[in-house]
Amino acid sequence: MEHILSVERISKSFPGVLAVDDVTFNLRRGEIMALIGENGAGKSTLMQILGGGHRADTGQMYLDGEPLEFTSANDAIHAGIAMVFQELSLVGGLSIAENIFANRQPVGRLNNIHWRKLYQQTRDVLHRFNLDLDPTTPVKQLVMGQQQILEILKAITTEPKVLILDEPTSSLTPAETDNLFKNIQTLQKQGMTFIYISHKLAEVFELADRVMVMRDGKKIGIRDITEVDENDLVAMMVGREIVDVYGAPSYDSTMGEEYFRIEGFTYRNSFIDVSLGLHRGEILGLAGLVGAGRTELARSIFGIGPKNEGRVFLEGKNIEIKRPKDAIKQGIAYLTEDRKAQGLFLDMSLSENFIAPILKMFTGKAGFLNFDKVEAHAVNQIQNYNITTPSTKQKVMNLSGGNQQKSMVAMWMGLQPKVVIFDEPTRGVDVGARFEIYQKLRELASEGVGILLISSELPELIGLSDRILVMHQGHISGEVLQKDFSEKLILAYAAGVKN
Amino acid sequence: MEQEAAAQTPKQGPGSGNLLLRLRQVTAQREFIMLLVIVLFATIMALASPIFLTRLNIEAILMALTVEATISIGMVILLISGGLDLSVGSIMALVGVVTGLVLTEGVGTPPAIVVGLLAGLGVGLVNGVLIAKMKINPFITTLGTMITVRGLLLILAKGRAILNLPDSFTVIGQGRLSGIQLPIFVLLFLVIVGDLLLRNSRFLRQSYYIGGNENAARLSGINVDGQKIFYYCLAAVLSGVAGLLLTARFGAASLTVGNGLELRVITAAIIGGASLNGGEGSVLGAFLGALFMGMLANSLNLLGVDVYYQSFLTGLILILAVIFDVVNEQRKLA
Repeated sequence: MEHILSVERISKSFPGVLAVDDVTFNLRRGEIMALIGENGAGKSTLMQILGGGHRADTGQMYLDGEPLEFTSANDAIHAGIAMVFQELSLVGGLSIAENIFANRQPVGRLNNIHWRKLYQQTRDVLHRFNLDLDPTTPVKQLVMGQQQILEILKAITTEPKVLILDEPTSSLTPAETDNLFKNIQTLQKQGMTFIYISHKLAEVFELADRVMVMRDGKKIGIRDITEVDENDLVAMMVGREIVDVYGAPSYDSTMGEEYFRIEGFTYRNSFIDVSLGLHRGEILGLAGLVGAGRTELARSIFGIGPKNEGRVFLEGKNIEIKRPKDAIKQGIAYLTEDRKAQGLFLDMSLSENFIAPILKMFTGKAGFLNFDKVEAHAVNQIQNYNITTPSTKQKVMNLSGGNQQKSMVAMWMGLQPKVVIFDEPTRGVDVGARFEIYQKLRELASEGVGILLISSELPELIGLSDRILVMHQGHISGEVLQKDFSEKLILAYAAGVKN
Repeated sequence: MEQEAAAQTPKQGPGSGNLLLRLRQVTAQREFIMLLVIVLFATIMALASPIFLTRLNIEAILMALTVEATISIGMVILLISGGLDLSVGSIMALVGVVTGLVLTEGVGTPPAIVVGLLAGLGVGLVNGVLIAKMKINPFITTLGTMITVRGLLLILAKGRAILNLPDSFTVIGQGRLSGIQLPIFVLLFLVIVGDLLLRNSRFLRQSYYIGGNENAARLSGINVDGQKIFYYCLAAVLSGVAGLLLTARFGAASLTVGNGLELRVITAAIIGGASLNGGEGSVLGAFLGALFMGMLANSLNLLGVDVYYQSFLTGLILILAVIFDVVNEQRKLA
């Protein structure tokens, strides 16, 4: 089969990291090749090199037999390689039209923008993709999913030979994803070639012709999609067999007494008269659809979200939690679903993050921090939680998603909490780190800590929990015991069809 | 204009009539509101004072805001691109002084003007390179050049204003065309051309992308560093033009002009819809902002209100304008 793009022995290093290590592959004309690997495997760097965002240290690339030499993204676009990034690159104040045709607006004499033509060609593009939008709408008025689609339209309208998509569905609804896949398949029929980066293996099997796996900057292999299954791919990505991702439960209902209880938690319509009890060593899953009120409830228990009513009992005592400080003092930890915006101090070092909730433990009598103690704690946590970092001084924002999540766990475990509320523990976390986080949860439970686990991924919830409570529109609509676990039953409670 | 025409063509799809209302660009809304406020204000003033709407007074208002409005064109482009220039007042004074010095050496007016503007351009270039290439914060960079340049012009002029400039030069600031003072023509020309270019030329339009999302702009193939340097140079040259107009009008190059000017210019641009976060604003908006401030000062004068109220009210209006933006934005999201 004919190759449209050939990549030969590409390497790229950044200070301290060999991000892409001697990668060679060919892309067949008209195919969709999925690219998978854990965070930090080098996928994004490799694609940045193809897209002109980075320059390779060594190696060659050929598009249709022509050697490629890029100094900017513009060069790549001109050559025929376009890229859709994970992070949105739109300008909120400008119209849909000016975003799709950023810096490519049709112009008349004098370099003046030909608005009518711009709006017309935008209307055509939107129509082609079944979008009922007005080209003059400012982008900031659109929802995330629509913005993501615009991002793709922006790339497609450069009429590339090769289009690189980096996790395009991460913020799309199932319907939007379907529509996107249809469009990708149509474009494929018209001769466009795709590289599709994804964490979702189901998508890879649905869309791709071949799949390439990367790990630690190296190409591990390329397979036809028909000759592999999900387990093969996971094994290739993490470099070892993972037999049971979720681990074996250690809890049995006879050993743990109920030691943590909330009663009558109510706030307006977001959660209403919610009561629940947590046993020592139990992982209690909290299921529900988006908007069921789970996160609001968790935030309210921790004292950062509002409540109208509700009492908290810990070890038989009624405790008053008015603000997070009170909760922390009682040994309650809350790990937020949004680690970047709310969970971590991205600009600060790992060690500074670790001690944030427990500053007092590192403070001497005069109120000064004991930095030797801080450093020792950081070294210890990095080791315990297997965080990949060059040093304790590394800024957290420079870590991969999985390592950030592990850092957040390490940060809160320093508190040696009695109760842990964990909101979406593996959002945006790759397979390997996911496995390690599950192991840590199990470990914690076996030490007798009760865990309230909020997750939107049912397999995860079912795999980890000892018991699951389901929320629907602010109420607890059902309790499911381990022997009755099934996605169907949980979904029925979550949708409010059963209660 | 084509943009208007396109916006008025009928749209398909449900609810497009409602959309059409919301679709106006934020800046366009702001300019419309600014115009309403100005007309309303002028109407009230015309009733309150018979002098307000006379030709002489209107000319006086425009002459008084020549400097602010000219510089605000450069400043608003900088603000849109996410930048800022505090050195505009110093540059303005520098260009006046350098031109004055060259003129007193007996050099002809056109070459003297060129030399003066080149001096201003040099400062703009330094600002641009430090900010775009060395990635130094615009506030710090231009604060530095603001102070340095002010010192430099004191050194150059040995601390004394430059007097007795030739008529061939002062005519720029004092001459009249069909009875109207020349600087007003220069100002209106710059505002109209500047607004059209920023609205419609692909070249200047790049500033919105840079201010909206710098990395994305780079990936869209925009020469971000080059553009930024250009904007600082443009702002410097426009400050220079303002300096020439002022020097010519006074017939002397003063060493203290332009003190505190930068903040008045930024205030005008923000009242006119620009944002310190970049990505928003327009030349027309900035001009209307300056016009409003000018009218306010003039009115207080006519009404015999204590001059101290001027600063008080300008600050109040700035804060109100920003609150208006925030509330407006939240209303749209809700």
